[in-house]
Amino acid sequence: MTSHSLHAEPDPYSFGSRRYDLVKEFTIALVAVLALTFVLAAVFSSPDEKPMTIASWSKADPGDFTATALAELDGSSGTASYGPPYNSAADGQKLGPLALAKAAGVTHPIDAAQAFVLGPLAAAPQGPAVTSALSTYNAASADQQAKWTGAYSDALTKANNDPAKVAASDTFGPVPVLLGRLLQQAQTGSLDGALLSEGGFYQTDYTLPLLFLADGSDLAARADAQHLSGDQWGMMNETGNFPGQAWLWLYTFWYQISPFNSSDNADALVWGVMAVLSLVFVFVPFIPGLRSIPRLVPVYRLIWRQHYRELQQ
Amino acid sequence: MMLSKVSAAGAAPVDLNGPGHYVHWGVIQVSVANLVVVGIMVAVFILALVLPFPKGRGRK
Amino acid sequence: MSEHAIAPLPTPEPSPVAGATDGELTGGWTGAVRRSAVRALPPDKLLPDTQPKHVASWIYVFGVLTLAAFLVVLGSGAVLALKGPAWWHVSAVGHYFNSLHLWSVELFMAFMVIHLWGKFFMAAWRGRRALTWITGAVSFLGSVGTAFTGYLVQQNFDSQWISTQAKDGLNSVGIGAFFNVTDFGQMLMWHIVLLPAVVGLIVVLHILMVRRRGVVPPIALRSASAEPAESTVVGSTVVGSTVVGSTVVGSTVVETAPEEEAAR
Repeated sequence: MTSHSLHAEPDPYSFGSRRYDLVKEFTIALVAVLALTFVLAAVFSSPDEKPMTIASWSKADPGDFTATALAELDGSSGTASYGPPYNSAADGQKLGPLALAKAAGVTHPIDAAQAFVLGPLAAAPQGPAVTSALSTYNAASADQQAKWTGAYSDALTKANNDPAKVAASDTFGPVPVLLGRLLQQAQTGSLDGALLSEGGFYQTDYTLPLLFLADGSDLAARADAQHLSGDQWGMMNETGNFPGQAWLWLYTFWYQISPFNSSDNADALVWGVMAVLSLVFVFVPFIPGLRSIPRLVPVYRLIWRQHYRELQQ
Repeated sequence: MMLSKVSAAGAAPVDLNGPGHYVHWGVIQVSVANLVVVGIMVAVFILALVLPFPKGRGRK
Repeated sequence: MSEHAIAPLPTPEPSPVAGATDGELTGGWTGAVRRSAVRALPPDKLLPDTQPKHVASWIYVFGVLTLAAFLVVLGSGAVLALKGPAWWHVSAVGHYFNSLHLWSVELFMAFMVIHLWGKFFMAAWRGRRALTWITGAVSFLGSVGTAFTGYLVQQNFDSQWISTQAKDGLNSVGIGAFFNVTDFGQMLMWHIVLLPAVVGLIVVLHILMVRRRGVVPPIALRSASAEPAESTVVGSTVVGSTVVGSTVVGSTVVETAPEEEAAR
């Protein structure tokens, strides 16, 4: 067991001292690091992959855009079914018995159908077809809306997400007109700006456009091609051949193994594990066993070999 | 379909944009870039331990 | 000798000094702060021009290298701040400063981790240095968080992906309700104001603590016949017996005073 003693270690100067220039050493280190940084930056530069926009997405993949917009409308998209902090569609993850997400609450409320589809359509001047489609949809009961979106969703899936290949049908109601018009708005680029400024003229909160992009498949596909997906240790990686965030190795490691890789509460579980490990790391001096490793793995004999040799003499 | 876009600054002497190279070993997947960085760190650590330190000089 | 000899100047009243000789502590709060600061870190401890002789390994340079890299990170970041967060996408000079910022961060993290490896294997928390270790560990974790917010505010594809992925982790434990990684403005302010200030403060405390306690002395070698000394070290008890090579004996680890150092 430990006993506490005021000066348990000898004074650092017990073994002698030598002249030493602290400020000079710091200056040398600073110059060296500056030089190294200048060279690395000049030789390797830094990555800057252009962001995906809703315009570029909807032009490159109108099918995926339409399917995503439909999912926002019918409540099946990632955002629409997320839960806190965006809505109450789900309870959020649990860390064992702790429902932390739910406790924190819905602090950034998003009504997916309204925010991503109906709102942008209503905010723009529309022709008579779209205007009447909007009022028909808004006036209908939730059940009726669900019937329309359900039918269109089935048809769209059968047509491989190509809205052009879906034959018109009354069972879809006004849904195809609404989504078709939304696609046009998206392709002109107005949806990028519209989603951003829903909160006001001056905005720095990109939550809506980002969630919309993330609800589709193309952002994830592009990330996967760059080895940035969660199951590819993606957290550690950078685009191209640039070094990434190697220090995140332990955080991303858990996602690669059971039970985390198949759990609905994976994120919360991993956070719990990392929180415990971080505390262990911070309090190493007080943890028996762990704090004894330096003595058991005697790297110190290398570090202080000169000192030990001198003591022997 | 890979949509990598080269940075606005153009090609650096060593252009690291382009398909990344990865090493697979069981469940472990590491980028060559990260492996190089960590490898250099370990090498530097070992060198720092074994390289003789000048005796009697004022420098740390 | 003139009749009008100049009268000697009156002896001036002694000016109030710290720890006035009449036993009364002067200066109020200011005096008290000054006295405790000088007591904790007298100038020749704050900026010594000697070092312990046992500091004789290249592993010792990684602390100052980490500090130097930290300053280059701050400096390159400051230049990026001059022209705003979009500058580096449209200017070659801006892109170069972004590269400086990225590579100085890579160097900073690399040097810091090597410094950490060295300090761990030195058991550098010995001798009332637990807080030095703790501030170092917290600096590391804070740096990881700061770097994370940096990646978020690049305003490119990387930021899009990192923010939409990271939100799930943070939302799952309720942090996302207050710390919105898809809010660029919030993340930028955390990255350039809040986190550098907090991490910087902890780094300063860390360095002051190193100066205050001095460089940790070497782990004392002992042979099987070493007698336990009067003092024990907080935080270095080995439970159970282990033998490494032929010199480390298990049970309670006890630090011997240098005079009692047994030969290897």
